[in-house]
Amino acid sequence: MTTFDLMFYVIAGAMLVSAAVMVFGRNIIYNAVGLLFTFIGVAGLYVLLGADFLAATQMLIYVGGILVLLLFGVMLSQKITGLVMRTGTLQVLPAVIVCAGVAAILIRLILSNDWAVTKPPELPATTATLGTLLLSDYLIPFEIVSILLLAALVGAAYIARRESR
Amino acid sequence: MQVGLSHFLILAALLFALGLVAVITKRNAVTVLMGVELILNAANLNFIAFARYLDHDLDGQVIGIFVIIIAAANVAVALAIVLNIYQRLRSVNLDEADSLAG
Repeated sequence: MTTFDLMFYVIAGAMLVSAAVMVFGRNIIYNAVGLLFTFIGVAGLYVLLGADFLAATQMLIYVGGILVLLLFGVMLSQKITGLVMRTGTLQVLPAVIVCAGVAAILIRLILSNDWAVTKPPELPATTATLGTLLLSDYLIPFEIVSILLLAALVGAAYIARRESR
Repeated sequence: MQVGLSHFLILAALLFALGLVAVITKRNAVTVLMGVELILNAANLNFIAFARYLDHDLDGQVIGIFVIIIAAANVAVALAIVLNIYQRLRSVNLDEADSLAG
């Protein structure tokens, strides 16, 4: 077993445990902490896959941005001083059965397929190439997604504003 | 067994299933959003794994960046809606926000 394999299994195990805490935990703060470690684990897997820029982006945007935003959502919509930090669940057993079925189908599909894997090349640094791609081949999607982000943020600020009645 | 493409795909499938459980079972709107983020991360992991093992170019990573951007926009708008629901109903339980149901 190489170092790569060992790293993969360690990160994957930690990720699955923290994702399970996120899904089955009762306290909403525990859910958020489980999600935090899952995001960090995904960033670690990106490093293993040679996507260094994407790992940094994952840490900055997911861990630094989206998770903090979600925690703000928790803080602003719960009675922190009370005991209502719990999150109720509905229909847990049927949902778990259905989703386990979905996972089983997906895994069976993945294992039965003979992927045309070729030997991965050595790991180059990806940042410069990604920047060139974003401003050449992917220029139109890049501009569209920036407009989308602007519109989404303006819309979010407008929706979240308290209505003056 | 050498860790290869299928290991990453199976891990992403498990993450997807866990996110699906959260989306289906949780009553709190914020935890449902966390489940959606988990699903998006699983999809992104697939993109990067395919880019590494099948294509050997960076197209998958560019798509991954777009997915992260769209997830950020998604969570911003969704949280604004959640805060608005909370101001109106004093609750973020999804089964209580049913005034559009006939």
